[in-house]
Amino acid sequence: MRELDLVIIGGGPAGLSAAKIAAESGLNSLIIERDYKVGGQLVKQTHMFFGSEKQYAKTRGIDIAKILVNDVLAYPDKVEIMTETTVVGLYKDNVLTLLQKEKYIKIKAKAIIIATGASEKFLAFENNDLPGIYGAGAVQTLMNVHGVLPSEEVVMVGSGNIGLIVSYQLIQAGVKVKAVLEAAPTIGGYKVHASKLKRLGVDILTSTSVKRAEGKDTLEKIIIAKLDKNWDYIPGTEEEIIVDALCISVGLSPLTSLLSMVEADMKFVNYLGGLVPVINHQHETSIKNIFVAGDVCGVEEASSAIVEGYFSGLIVAERLGYKHPNHEELYQDFEAQLENLRSGPFGEKTRLGLKELRGENNAE
Amino acid sequence: MLNKNGVPSLEEIKSRFPSEEFLNKPKAITECYENIPCNPCSTSCPFDAIYIGEDINTPPVVDFEKCTGCGVCVYNCPGLAIFTVQKKEDCLVFKIPYELVPYPEKGEIVNAINRNGDIIGECEIEKVSITNRQDRTALLQVKVAQELLYEFITVRRKL
Repeated sequence: MRELDLVIIGGGPAGLSAAKIAAESGLNSLIIERDYKVGGQLVKQTHMFFGSEKQYAKTRGIDIAKILVNDVLAYPDKVEIMTETTVVGLYKDNVLTLLQKEKYIKIKAKAIIIATGASEKFLAFENNDLPGIYGAGAVQTLMNVHGVLPSEEVVMVGSGNIGLIVSYQLIQAGVKVKAVLEAAPTIGGYKVHASKLKRLGVDILTSTSVKRAEGKDTLEKIIIAKLDKNWDYIPGTEEEIIVDALCISVGLSPLTSLLSMVEADMKFVNYLGGLVPVINHQHETSIKNIFVAGDVCGVEEASSAIVEGYFSGLIVAERLGYKHPNHEELYQDFEAQLENLRSGPFGEKTRLGLKELRGENNAE
Repeated sequence: MLNKNGVPSLEEIKSRFPSEEFLNKPKAITECYENIPCNPCSTSCPFDAIYIGEDINTPPVVDFEKCTGCGVCVYNCPGLAIFTVQKKEDCLVFKIPYELVPYPEKGEIVNAINRNGDIIGECEIEKVSITNRQDRTALLQVKVAQELLYEFITVRRKL
């Protein structure tokens, strides 16, 4: 059995950033990615990112992916990447079992950083399994990675940043966005994204959701209805929209199944997206030498995932005896960057979520 | 309402503009109403005319004395929330960000669009620029009727 220093599960923004800082510190790592290339969700983000320059603000996600990948490729002796490889088992003695195409591999690591990200939530409504009903992530992959149009027209469910951004990208691809539905009374994402859609003629319908889908073989129309303040459909407000695709963008849940396999302490924190591992300040779980970074420990923006990756890479390198030459300085810088990213009103959910996770329930 | 449909009120819009005498020269209008963690407008400004400060959640404040209306912030804003405007004798000249292909052409007459997405008149494309520095966000220079100062926001090509 191969024995490694650091194994990073997931080659998205958090995993790549962790590998970079580990390599800078002199620590070898192996990144395991189930997709055929690394970059995570960034590979389909054609829009410019927010944040500050340190997190590559104003750079398009697709180009941030290239930067982060090149950062690790700069250390060919220190970072190994396995693509099309899925971690199928994780054990308390830090043994991992991997499935690489048809091959089953067993490895052991001194430390593990789990950076598996998050998966899309779905929505329960009648006929939600009709072809033509997609998750927003699938639509973005089809369009922006493979160059395939999902449909001629679309209705988006959810006005968080993902729903708003994917709607804009659908318009850029030539798809007509007939409406964006939002169950809450106000728009969820940044208003600059909403304004961008509205000026292109897209209506955002708040307190509204999809009640039912209809169609013989594929989606042909949807029935929408207004919601009251208890989130119940208001009778008599139903309206029909003829449309061949419906895109669901109602939030993300951390992908924590590997953590359950080692029975790490978990906690349900709604603000962070659901079930998340209990971690200490060093991003270490209740299982010694198993760390987490990125959306797996709380759903946020990619900018935070990048910084969390750097942070965990720094910590693990020190733990394994490879202290980064600028350890103290970087430690403070990454902490300050995370605090800055989370300090505004849009960071409130994360702030409250982290307090709840740490058991500090005093109100802000 | 901004919160409900993405359309700011006239009062909100006017709060982002300088007094009209400044507009004899082009000035950047930052339509950023929220505290979101973002600061490229400030860090990209060659004239140090946009202030955000240490807390990147603070909305930008433009120093209209320093702003030259060069348009660098327009294509650097990830929210496409900045444009420049100048008052000429017989018209307004806007520089707006634009990311839909195919781009309109110089001299093309296009529809003028307000923040609600409605057609509010016609306008002329004076210049289309798309350099490497702009990273795939085109800048359209558009000649717009005087009375549309607080209404015009983008263009839509005629079919």
